[in-house]
Order: sequence, then C-alpha cells, then structure tokens
Amino acid sequence: MKTWILAGAFLALSLALAYFVAPHASESPDGLEKVAEDKGFLEKGEGDPAWKKSPAPDYKFPGVGDEKRATSLAGIAGVAGVFVLGCGVAWVLTRRRAAPK
Amino acid sequence: MHIPDGFLSGPINGALACASVAVCGVATWRARATLGEKQVPMLGMAGAFIFAVQMLNFPVAGGTSGHFLGAAMAALLLGPLNACLVMALVLAVQCFLFADGGMTALGANVFNMGVVGALCGGILHRVIRTVLPRTRGAFLGAAFVVSWLSVVGGAAACAFELAFSGTVPLKVVLPAMLGVHAIIGLGEGLITCAVLAVVLGARPDLVVAWPRAAEPA
Repeated sequence: MKTWILAGAFLALSLALAYFVAPHASESPDGLEKVAEDKGFLEKGEGDPAWKKSPAPDYKFPGVGDEKRATSLAGIAGVAGVFVLGCGVAWVLTRRRAAPK
Repeated sequence: MHIPDGFLSGPINGALACASVAVCGVATWRARATLGEKQVPMLGMAGAFIFAVQMLNFPVAGGTSGHFLGAAMAALLLGPLNACLVMALVLAVQCFLFADGGMTALGANVFNMGVVGALCGGILHRVIRTVLPRTRGAFLGAAFVVSWLSVVGGAAACAFELAFSGTVPLKVVLPAMLGVHAIIGLGEGLITCAVLAVVLGARPDLVVAWPRAAEPA
C-alpha cells in the first residue's frame, strides 16, 4: 500500500503544479515552433486540425472566461485523467494475466 | 516538440504511426506477462506527473521555450517498454482533449517524444552503468546524460522527418533543432534526476533501472 502513498504524493504535486504553476508557464514558442517560424514552415501547420473535437484546445478549460483559470482547470482535468487512465490500463494488464488461459 | 498536422507528409506520418503502434503492441504484450501489481500506481503517477510538467514551459535563449518530455525518466522508473505506453497515453490525451500535436502526427509524436527517449535512454543507461560504480550518484549522473540525449535524439528524429517530408531542407532544420534542444535537454536532465533522487530515497525498489544488488538475479 505504501506504493499508493508515494504515487499519491506525486499526484498531489502534479495537481499543484498544473493548478498553480501551469498558468504562469512561458508563452514563448517551443523549440519546434520557433524553428518552424525562423525557417519559414510554420504556416504549413496552421490549417484546420484533423481532429476538431478537442474539448479544451490549447489547455483552456471550456466556458471559463479567465484564461489563467481556464489553464489551471484544464491542467487539473488532464492530470487526473491521465492518472486514472494510466492506473486503469496498468490494472487491466495485470488482471489479464490472472484470468484463466 | 509536438508536431501539428501539416508538417509531415502522409507516408512519413503513416510509417511512424506503424512504428509507434508496433512498439506499443510489443509493450502491451510484455506488460501482460511482467507488469507487477505495485507498478499499477507507478504508471498512473508517472503519466500524471509527465502531463503536468509538460505544461510548464520554461524560457530558453532567444524568445523560445521548452518543456520536459519525460520519456527517459519513465524508462528508468518503469522500464523502457512501459515508458512507451505511458508516453503514448499522455500524448494521446494531449492530442484528443487539448489539441496539442496533430492527430495525423500522433504516431510521429509518440515516436519522437516517447519511443526514441524511452528505448534509447533505457538501453543506453544500462550500457553506461556497466562502466560506472554502482552508486546513487553515478546512477543519477547517467540518468542526466540519457535524459539530455533523449531530448536531443527526439529533436534529431523530428528534423529528419521534416526533411524527408520535404518540408524543410535537412541542413537548415537539423542544426536549428539540435541547437535549441541541446539547451532544453539540460532542463530535462535536472527534472529527471530530481524525481529519481526522490523515489530512490523513498522506495528504491520501485525504480526498475536501479540495480538491486541485495536481490538474487
């Protein structure tokens, strides 16, 4: 069970980072974006995305006016979602082994 | 380093999607036989932490930012193949929920930011350690080096993909990608070492890459 305590501590840290720090992260273009800008191929990526149903594009929680708050909430949702998904997938993979062949 | 739709050609996207699906397939198959019960929370925790810290872009030289990738950290913590699964989960969530990285480039993104760093990082760490003393300091030093390499290697892969797609000439994009990611990689190394130091201090048995000399092989 102590493993869950360690995982819980990291989950809490991740939630805190997403909530408190993510809204204040640098907004400069990242390495690839900057290279694309400098070398003149950025516009190639600016067409319509192939997947248009993202509920929170650019890490902005839908329906929240305040941008920083929208980022915080998107971060919380993402961290929680990935945690549940990761544990879920891992749990299923350990379960399958226990099942009869 | 998330590639949007439109940067890579169809064949390149397709080939990398096949490669990533194949690696994740092998990883799933292996995990069914080897994944331990105590790794269940570790997979969730690693994914959640990587997602959170990937949001934290830090400024690097010249109006550019960079962020943690996490593949090397996950490889040392969970094993290289499990790390590929975690990276694929994180990148899929980023793509489908947050429109970060194009759907057509998801395979390429999993390859560059997950597979390259996790497999090369994990294997290289094992190789480097054979010539180093079996101390925590040497373990973390090697972790720093492979974390840096995972970012630079991912950036190089990305540059080759862009060149093969006909988007930009290799001699233009490769030095540019390597230069900026050589700096971003330093941040990657620091975060990887900090996390591994904490977990090694609390529960060294949970770090898959840590040689447990006390246990029979």
